[in-house]
Amino acid sequence: MILAYIETRDNKVKKASLETLSEARRRAADMNAEAAAVLMGAEGESLAGELFSHGATRVYLLDHPALARYSTQDYAASLAVLTQKANPLAVFFPATSMGKDLAPRLAARLGVAVASDCIRVEVKEGQLEFTRPIFAGKAILTLKLKSSPQVATLRPNVFPVERVEARGEMIRETVDIPVGQGRAEVVEVVAESGGELDVTEADVVISGGRGMKGPENFALLRELSALIPRSAVGASRSAVDSGWIGHQHQVGQTGKTVSPNLYMAFGISGAIQHLAGMSSSKVIVAVNKDPEAPIFKVADFGVVGDLFQVIPVLKEEIKKLRAE
Amino acid sequence: MDILVFVKRVPDTESKIRVDPERKGIIEEGLNFILSPYDEYAMEEALRIREARGGKVTAISVGKEETLAILRKCLAMGADEALLIKDPLDETYDGLRTARLLAACVRQRFPGARLLLFGKQSVGADNSQVPAMVAELLGLPQVNVVVKLELEADRGVALREIEGGLEKVAFPLPAVVSAQKGLNEPRYETLKGIMAAKRKEIPIIPIEGLGLRAEDLAPQVIVTRLETPPPRQAGRMTSGPPEETARQLAEFLHSEAKVI
Repeated sequence: MILAYIETRDNKVKKASLETLSEARRRAADMNAEAAAVLMGAEGESLAGELFSHGATRVYLLDHPALARYSTQDYAASLAVLTQKANPLAVFFPATSMGKDLAPRLAARLGVAVASDCIRVEVKEGQLEFTRPIFAGKAILTLKLKSSPQVATLRPNVFPVERVEARGEMIRETVDIPVGQGRAEVVEVVAESGGELDVTEADVVISGGRGMKGPENFALLRELSALIPRSAVGASRSAVDSGWIGHQHQVGQTGKTVSPNLYMAFGISGAIQHLAGMSSSKVIVAVNKDPEAPIFKVADFGVVGDLFQVIPVLKEEIKKLRAE
Repeated sequence: MDILVFVKRVPDTESKIRVDPERKGIIEEGLNFILSPYDEYAMEEALRIREARGGKVTAISVGKEETLAILRKCLAMGADEALLIKDPLDETYDGLRTARLLAACVRQRFPGARLLLFGKQSVGADNSQVPAMVAELLGLPQVNVVVKLELEADRGVALREIEGGLEKVAFPLPAVVSAQKGLNEPRYETLKGIMAAKRKEIPIIPIEGLGLRAEDLAPQVIVTRLETPPPRQAGRMTSGPPEETARQLAEFLHSEAKVI
């Protein structure tokens, strides 16, 4: 069995978790095994149906009052209890903030290694093989893990979500974990302005660089973003380091690595550390005044021109297309 | 407050990475190595805490002797001491192995440490594993990807970055905290600091000296392939009046990329 960790937000299953579960089902099928899903906290019960229809033949519902709110230690301890009981071949997590926080803690508790941020999982001679970018995508590493269960985190926006005809059973497990001293606890979640989408979760990333000339001009990108569903505003390191936009928007080697369906680069020259963070995007378009800008070497469509003239027209064109 | 800062030597982020597919490793020749950028935020935070509360800052790394250069940088920034855990292996990509080395070192030499600071990931292996693993092995609370840290004598509050927001996390000390960009603005080393760092001795301890079993030192990660990604093909370019180029761009997004 391959166990998929299901991350929820506001009692909804996150898309990255469905991607993780879908991949767990595909790879389990390669090994004549089944996929299972694990939900934390009793209130997850209503979500089980959605997980069955994405390939889980079993949905574990871990029940303990401490699990109502995310705590790395309690979650890892509970997952360790389940893992020892259910004995999965592998445990897959989405490589989200939570997955990246939790998977290594669970793995250390079980004494096993982790394959982080995978973009491909295959079964070779009955064994899982994981492929993942290193150096933010400047090189690609393929690895196997000797330890078992195999723990991996899967990069969001890479693995397809698949619905299947399936039925499964829900198994409620009351976990007995020590709760008390020495814990880190989330006391508050502060949403960024309007809960905007993170660049790692967005289907379309609209990024600005030094060519944006100042913080006020990022409003142009936000206006463009407002016209495109599931889009988010990104930035190059120089824009972030100039203080024009928060570092959580930064794409590149000291920022985030993204693989959206569309990456739009405005006024970004394309430093090597930026290209590393976005070259795995499915489609790349760039607007830059300098025809020699390295960003054009990776762009599927490049416009040599002034972004301040191009964006307003582009907005109108997109409005027209969306109206059709 | 005694603080440990765990640091790693990595290639400069502006480096082009070349790989040796036979050896399944990166080609180090011609690369400029630096203190991993996120570790620099961790170092800076440690120094600021020491300035406010007193105590001692020790920088620790795992690697070969070349790693001494980044430990000297930590000393030049202001660390009181540095320590190298000398590992004969090249990069193993096995975070658990590294975490075991570090946890054993803490148990053996720094049982009184109150704060263990890391970068949120190394720039290179990009694992984001070691801080959480060290925390688990030592039974300590963890807060990863921290952009703000406030400490009292026996507890702290941190803001941790998540998708589209921040989590405010309260935790008791001792604890593991990993730094994200935005936590602070790292200082440059001073000439005086650089000179003083040159005179300091950096103890080197071999991995065999940490009391770990041979099976704990054996990597669990087997690298089957290391390659550079296929280069992306440059596509079409256009120039001219913005009315025309913007329309072509919209048309491309609609008809070919099918995203609008």
